[in-house]
Amino acid sequence: MKHAKALASFTLAVACAAAPAYAQKKYDPGASDTEIKIGQTMPYSGPASAYGTIGRVEAAYFKMINEKGGINGRKLELISVDDGYSPPRTVEATRRLVEQDEVLFEFQPLGTAPNVAIHKYMNAKKVPQLFVATGATMWGDPKHFPWTMGWQPSYQTEGKIYAKDILANHPNAKIGVLYQNDDYGKDLLKGLKDGLGAKASSMIVKEASYEVTDPSIDSQILSLKDSGADVFVNIATPKFAALAIRKVYDSGWKPVHYLNNVSLSIGAVLKPAGLEKSVGLITAAYLKDATDPEWANDPAMNEYKAFLKKYYPEANVADSSNVYGYSAAMTLVQVLKQCGDDLTRANVMKQAASLKHLQLPLARPGIEVNTGPDDFFPFEAEQLARFDGQRWVAYGKVIE
Amino acid sequence: MAAGNLPRSRIAPRKWAALTALFAALCVAPFLLSNFSVFQLTLVLAYAIVLLGLNMLTGYNGQISLGHGAFYAIGAYVAAILMDHYGVPYWLTLPAAAAVCLVAGFLFGLPALRLEGPYLALATFALAVALPQLLKHKALQPWTGGVEGITLVKPDAPFGLPLNADRWLYFFSLAVAIGMFFLGRNLLRGRIGRAMVAIRDNPIAAEAMGIDIALYKSLTFGVSAMFTGVGGALGAIAVQFVAPDSFNVFLSIAFLVGVVVGGLATVQGAVYGALFIQFVPNIADRISKAAPWAIYGIMVILFMYLAPGGVASFIHRISERWRRRT
Amino acid sequence: MDTFLAQFLAGLATGGIYASLALALVMIHQATRLVNFAQGELAMFSTYIAWSLVQAGIPYWVAFGLTLLISFAAGIAIDRLLLRPVRGSPALPMVVVFIGLLVILNSVAGWIYTYTVRPFPSPFPSEPLFGQHYISSHDLGAIGVTLAMLAAIYAFFRFTPLGLAMRAAAQNPESARLVGIRVGWMRALGWGLACAIGAAAGMMVAPIVFLDPNMMSGVLLYAFAAALIGGIDDPFGAVFGGFFVGVLENLLGAYVIGQELKLTVALVVIVAVLVVKPSGLFGRTLARRV
Repeated sequence: MKHAKALASFTLAVACAAAPAYAQKKYDPGASDTEIKIGQTMPYSGPASAYGTIGRVEAAYFKMINEKGGINGRKLELISVDDGYSPPRTVEATRRLVEQDEVLFEFQPLGTAPNVAIHKYMNAKKVPQLFVATGATMWGDPKHFPWTMGWQPSYQTEGKIYAKDILANHPNAKIGVLYQNDDYGKDLLKGLKDGLGAKASSMIVKEASYEVTDPSIDSQILSLKDSGADVFVNIATPKFAALAIRKVYDSGWKPVHYLNNVSLSIGAVLKPAGLEKSVGLITAAYLKDATDPEWANDPAMNEYKAFLKKYYPEANVADSSNVYGYSAAMTLVQVLKQCGDDLTRANVMKQAASLKHLQLPLARPGIEVNTGPDDFFPFEAEQLARFDGQRWVAYGKVIE
Repeated sequence: MAAGNLPRSRIAPRKWAALTALFAALCVAPFLLSNFSVFQLTLVLAYAIVLLGLNMLTGYNGQISLGHGAFYAIGAYVAAILMDHYGVPYWLTLPAAAAVCLVAGFLFGLPALRLEGPYLALATFALAVALPQLLKHKALQPWTGGVEGITLVKPDAPFGLPLNADRWLYFFSLAVAIGMFFLGRNLLRGRIGRAMVAIRDNPIAAEAMGIDIALYKSLTFGVSAMFTGVGGALGAIAVQFVAPDSFNVFLSIAFLVGVVVGGLATVQGAVYGALFIQFVPNIADRISKAAPWAIYGIMVILFMYLAPGGVASFIHRISERWRRRT
Repeated sequence: MDTFLAQFLAGLATGGIYASLALALVMIHQATRLVNFAQGELAMFSTYIAWSLVQAGIPYWVAFGLTLLISFAAGIAIDRLLLRPVRGSPALPMVVVFIGLLVILNSVAGWIYTYTVRPFPSPFPSEPLFGQHYISSHDLGAIGVTLAMLAAIYAFFRFTPLGLAMRAAAQNPESARLVGIRVGWMRALGWGLACAIGAAAGMMVAPIVFLDPNMMSGVLLYAFAAALIGGIDDPFGAVFGGFFVGVLENLLGAYVIGQELKLTVALVVIVAVLVVKPSGLFGRTLARRV
């Protein structure tokens, strides 16, 4: 009895001594007991303003999280600034977020050029540039840039997947490519060429580019048709992808048509183009499309739609950017949960690099988020799917 | 109509006092403000030089330009390419940018001679629209870095001066700006300036009086581009990055708005315009997240309602009224 | 040859887009002696109004007519209300006001309607005429509407007293007033007509390029070029200019210089035309008496 009491008090004493170490909170600027300040630059204006909805859906998601009590008792404050997709404004806004607003880290700053502009600065200041909203391949370089991490599958990965499929199913194809004349378009094209390897120059018979300011791409499609290509790789953003799909059909050209996944939304792209004109399209997807009847009864999708209705009612449900932002926000919440009370910038990066088998509800089944100290590419896998006039039907295996 | 006149030959003692006070404030400011604000002020200085150049062309010489963003871009890229590829020290890139833009502006001004009003506006607008596409082109990629641009390093203070990079660059830009403003002012109050204004106000009379219109108009274009190029180089060094996306059409439009809001045909209008360009978008963003550019547009229109001659003429009117009272 | 014809006709279709907006620019210039940079955004906004009407269930042609009326009224309102405070100013402050208007309209449209691309209905059949692959029925119909507007505008300015009064008011306000013309209302009428033309242009263009707030951004430069190439005061010139620019751009991109430089080269050509003929291909060179 005496021993039991002594043992109990001894254990209690040890526990008390150990407890403060576990409950120890570590904060870097931007974090406190009550809140976590998150910075972001987004193109709410200018030529890329269509992507501004990503910032809005993420803000709505954090609002929902806050209403449920926040993460570990802390509210998330997202300070999202418009940079109009102009790198000088991105630099200015980022410096303000880091130096004046003192955010803990930046989340999903959007655009390749804007992110290149702040890349060195963020790493010099040791502030996480987390889940960068662009598919450029350069963001997964932990050795040289340990404070920067991407999120979506890189454009080059996507291009390689199409190349593999073409080599497997149409090894003697003549390929025509339409691409947007910027970093995204050129990066995807590079992935395609790398995937085709030595055969790239012989298989690709025509490359036609367009600018975001072009009112029409009819001329490009006609040139591509004229080149005799029988495989068409469509590297275009939603509006231009829809124009291309329609013109390809109307001009009587019937190639094997690969569509890049930024434009796979049935509601936002295929319907305006014409569903009957989109039959046979092939894409490599990693997220679910909210307008795809495939997911009409999916509980995760219904939860997402309910969320939009309540927290972001003016959102366009057909816009795949909203699925994107919602999923990215979810990924961040997971990272912050893992951080616990250690909200230093170093720990944020550490936890971001420790995501294992994270199956997001709106990611396609079998496609997980995985990161490690040497793997700064959260999403790498994609699933090929073909449009049958109503829904995207998966075929083949998930490709890494 | 003082706003449209040339600078007076001698600066009144009252004005010297004001300028000295301003200079003192500008020198002390970087030590009182955060690094970020110093960075913003450096951009204001760069824009002020740009707008002085544009003002020469549009305000004093009456040639509208919707394309000065292109000369800003050329200046920026000259600085970036020299620093990044050839290791040229930053201060040497400014005269290089000035020289290249002087030539470029003059060459553009030559065919533009025959164009007036909306036709000239279109030609310059075309220049602004075409340049980003040109910068992205494959052939120029090894130099321009293509869409991903060129990253620069901000220079440190020389001779071990106890200034951080932001502050040093600010003082450097301040010195350059003061130099350019003096240069501009002297140009404008000399024979060239008089010729410019004469061509603007009455080209036929000017020609009758022996002014070589073709030469002066092209020269003005060249000099205007030169100033803008220097501003562009400074801006590039401050932002530490150049890419085609940085120089879209809206930049040229913003310059024109800045020069008109600041005050056409005034030297101080360039400064007011620069402040407008730099800070009003930020203010608009804070007022409305949903439609910040609508706020910007409303502010632009309000400025035009209240002061069609620009802030400079507005301030002039107020100071005249004040002076008359005392 | 087959592709050449297809490229040529595609160029005509795009050119029709430029031509229709160019007509609105010509109208506003006839009435005000100014180039209205906000014309494209006004047309875009009108098209969104039409879209809202159609979404509300109103039949297409009724919505079309209503939109024209609303745009006409809006144009008059803009002139009488918005531009009143800067009336006496020289050109540049007016231009800056137009820029402000452009920016406001673009931003508000994005805010109300979001930036997602929307399909816009076409009153023309969806099967191409004669089953050919070159040009859709809508493209032909849109060109037809543009030509009809051209004829109407030409007739208006040439044969009606009102058109004459409007031209007089713009060219010589003092003398026009002396003759009894209400100069202010002539200008407002010009604004109203320009906005109505712009609305029609927008509604013809939207089915081709899809409706989104940035729909007219790329078109404005070419419409501007088209109007000027033809001579800013000549509606025929504007339409010719539109087709010229459309075909030129297509053929340059397809056969001469490739898509990556076609914008630059097209603009070089346009500027070259202007340098050779500074008042446009059909414009009248004004000889000034010294």
